[in-house]
Amino acid sequence: MYPEPNPTAKNGVSNPNRLPLFLLFSALVVAIGMMLPLTYLILRSASLGDEAWNLLIHPRTIQVFVNSAFLALAVTVISAIIAVPIAFLTVRTDLPGRRYWSIATALPLVIPSYVGSFAIIAALGPKGSILQNWLAPFGVDRLPSIYGWTGAVLSLVLFTYPYIVLSVRASLHSLDPALEEASHSLGYNRRETFLRVTLPHLKPSIIAGSLLVALYTLSDFGTPSLMRFDSFTRAIYIQYQSSFDRSMAAILALLLVLFAILILLLEYKARGKAKYYSSSTGSQRPPRDIELGRWRWPALLFCSAVVGLALIMPLGVISYWLLQGISMGEQLMFVWQLALNSVYVSSLSAFAVIAAAIPVCILAVRFPHTLSHLLERSTYIGFALPGIVVALSLVFFGAKYATVLYQSTAMLIFAYVVLFIPQAVGTIRASLLQISPRLEEAARSMGYNLPKTLLKVTIPLARPGLLTGAALVFLTTMKELPATLLLAPTGFNTLATSIWSSTNDAFFARAAAPSLILVAVSSLSMIAIISLERRKDEKVKK
Amino acid sequence: MKMRRRTFLRYVGATALGVTTLGCLGKQAATEKVKEGVVDETGKITVYSGRGENLIRPVIERFSESTGINVEVRYGKTAELAATILEEGKNSPADLFFAQDAGALGALSKENRLLKLSSSILDKVEARFRSPKGEWIGITGRARTVDYNVKLVDKRELPESIWGFTDPKWKGGKIGWAPTNGSFQAFITAFRVLEGEEKTREWLQGIIANDPQEYPKNSPIVAALGRGEIYVGFVNNYYLHRFKAEDPDFPVAHHYTRGDAGSMINVAGLGIVDTTKNQNLAENFIDYMLSEDAQRYFATKTYEYPLLEGISVIGPQKPLSEIITPNIDLSDLDDLKGTLKLLQDVGAL
Repeated sequence: MYPEPNPTAKNGVSNPNRLPLFLLFSALVVAIGMMLPLTYLILRSASLGDEAWNLLIHPRTIQVFVNSAFLALAVTVISAIIAVPIAFLTVRTDLPGRRYWSIATALPLVIPSYVGSFAIIAALGPKGSILQNWLAPFGVDRLPSIYGWTGAVLSLVLFTYPYIVLSVRASLHSLDPALEEASHSLGYNRRETFLRVTLPHLKPSIIAGSLLVALYTLSDFGTPSLMRFDSFTRAIYIQYQSSFDRSMAAILALLLVLFAILILLLEYKARGKAKYYSSSTGSQRPPRDIELGRWRWPALLFCSAVVGLALIMPLGVISYWLLQGISMGEQLMFVWQLALNSVYVSSLSAFAVIAAAIPVCILAVRFPHTLSHLLERSTYIGFALPGIVVALSLVFFGAKYATVLYQSTAMLIFAYVVLFIPQAVGTIRASLLQISPRLEEAARSMGYNLPKTLLKVTIPLARPGLLTGAALVFLTTMKELPATLLLAPTGFNTLATSIWSSTNDAFFARAAAPSLILVAVSSLSMIAIISLERRKDEKVKK
Repeated sequence: MKMRRRTFLRYVGATALGVTTLGCLGKQAATEKVKEGVVDETGKITVYSGRGENLIRPVIERFSESTGINVEVRYGKTAELAATILEEGKNSPADLFFAQDAGALGALSKENRLLKLSSSILDKVEARFRSPKGEWIGITGRARTVDYNVKLVDKRELPESIWGFTDPKWKGGKIGWAPTNGSFQAFITAFRVLEGEEKTREWLQGIIANDPQEYPKNSPIVAALGRGEIYVGFVNNYYLHRFKAEDPDFPVAHHYTRGDAGSMINVAGLGIVDTTKNQNLAENFIDYMLSEDAQRYFATKTYEYPLLEGISVIGPQKPLSEIITPNIDLSDLDDLKGTLKLLQDVGAL
């Protein structure tokens, strides 16, 4: 190892003690926007007195808080256990039908929780469900109850584990095979290489995905509600729904934010300061696929089980509702306008989120500094909050201070950015970490200034993270509900709002067609992204 | 140094351009907004509706056709829309609030966000179905019922009184209820008024002793009844017909208790938001919803009770005269808070 050319340059691009102004400015603008919900909550809670304190320390509040905390832990751990093998199997091994499994295992994310949980109960509920009906001839009168912990964990795991899959996949694609080859040449077998070399390198992406799963679990209300799980979000919901007390709801939401900050701190500590890029130049080549041999059967079984539960089952139930509706003469809704609306806002949302996330990530990765880290962390606040809280905070600020923009498409897109930016931040960050600063140094040494380097070298190399982030934001926006209901222009409906409207009034068959279209369109985006990943691999293979 | 500054300025310029473009997008949507302080004579009103689109869009369209007034509706959850109107404050674009339950109207009334309705409108409906302050008016009613699975329960086993369900024979998860649901809470409020706090507590504890199954709201209860997951459920009357429309063999039927809070009426109503610039048009809307035409629609298509006084059409429902509704202000939030406290005390919430 020869000595560093510039002893003060830590990350090769620039002196970390001097944050470039334009990046800092952009990131600050983003962060201020993301802090609006928090500001709203503080303003709302400020007027409360003793009553608020009594609510916070009430045993029921503490109990539901602990419930939600453990739920988040359980869901995250189980999701990771499922997701990491799946990501590995679909990227690095010769699993038969790998391309289709890649898509199928990531797709459950497109299913909205308010549809998925309904479907699980219809399929696996204790009595009268599809499974119980199948087993009835064998004397099974009643299945064990799916409600409570079982149902909540199952539903959340099944529909959020893809966060981790996508995140890890992007990392695996960017992994330099030289690391593993070096490990092999030093005598480690495949298993040891995986555990000692590959897995540690996947740590940032696993953690990034897990963070999303954990925060989503904390913020979700639909699933615990249907699965009869006594969650913290239920306590918040009761304040809005029954007491019509926005201030009490705000103080509870603040508690949730505090917990989210705690989780973010833990994640930050867990990251460590390890470097994830390799120092050698290496040649850009994809790693050799690992041959599974007879392990392919358990692997296939595993993938089938997961996809069966998370994708086939909900789609099956929805299709059943659709067919039942058609046979009853239910007219299929005219969904084209809705689909177009959904795709329109989701695309804008993906674009806006990526644009907002890039400065924040570059700052956090290339210019490590307390301020840049703080800015990056602050983007996660919106994701940890229930959608209604973020929506109301923007109603508050929008109606009062940005009246012209209020209930416009622009404000709606802004809401989506606040809600979903962490999805892009995590994946872009993980991608950036795997880019060696030497490449950027080389560009600088050839005369490129900082912005040009970022534009022509860094960002193109971070493409896997950018694409994954865009795909995630697109399909999450497709199914978003609370913010759309309150902030979209009046009369602007999406597939998601239409599905909600139908199921709310028990028009299940009418909800089926939009649900299937929603899943289909979101799947297209997922398929496009995964095909792009593969094409890059194929190009290099040649 | 000079290069960097230029690039920075370029970046700022691009951002500004982007923001302006987005702002124009916003402006386009906003051009229909009325200038402050000017009464809008263009014949358009905005309704925030907690009532479902599938149910009321037809009747709103009929209103537009017959009056020529353009109606823009924001559909959503009643409680969230109420919170929205309150957060929007004096910049609220809403002219009317169509609430699924009276509590939400009460929340707005408490913060003085509703305008007093003219007496010609208020007189159309019995006093017990409108705000004592004249700030909101009930349009339709839904009766509380006890729905039951006809395969699992014999009609004759069902008690005449709501108290019958505290009997141990309903033990073991046979009862389904929704303590977080607004209609259920209104029912408990009525119970407290009719029979007193202690008796209500006793009833709640009796039900809890029978290990009821909890659902988030009414339609999951009816769905669960269809599956045979529960035997009886405390719901509103009008969901059943939706299930029957999608499946005529749906094995669930209504049961009404006699003379107690178990068969009270919940009210869905309208109020005019104080930020309206179209008070006259808004009153026209309410007027129409209380017309025979609209009330007939509600009675026969959405299976709700028409509240227009003196109307003869009631659809396939139990007559209004057989339904007890205690003379209480269902929109009284302080009363609702008492109900919540009770529910939390007994552990139902």
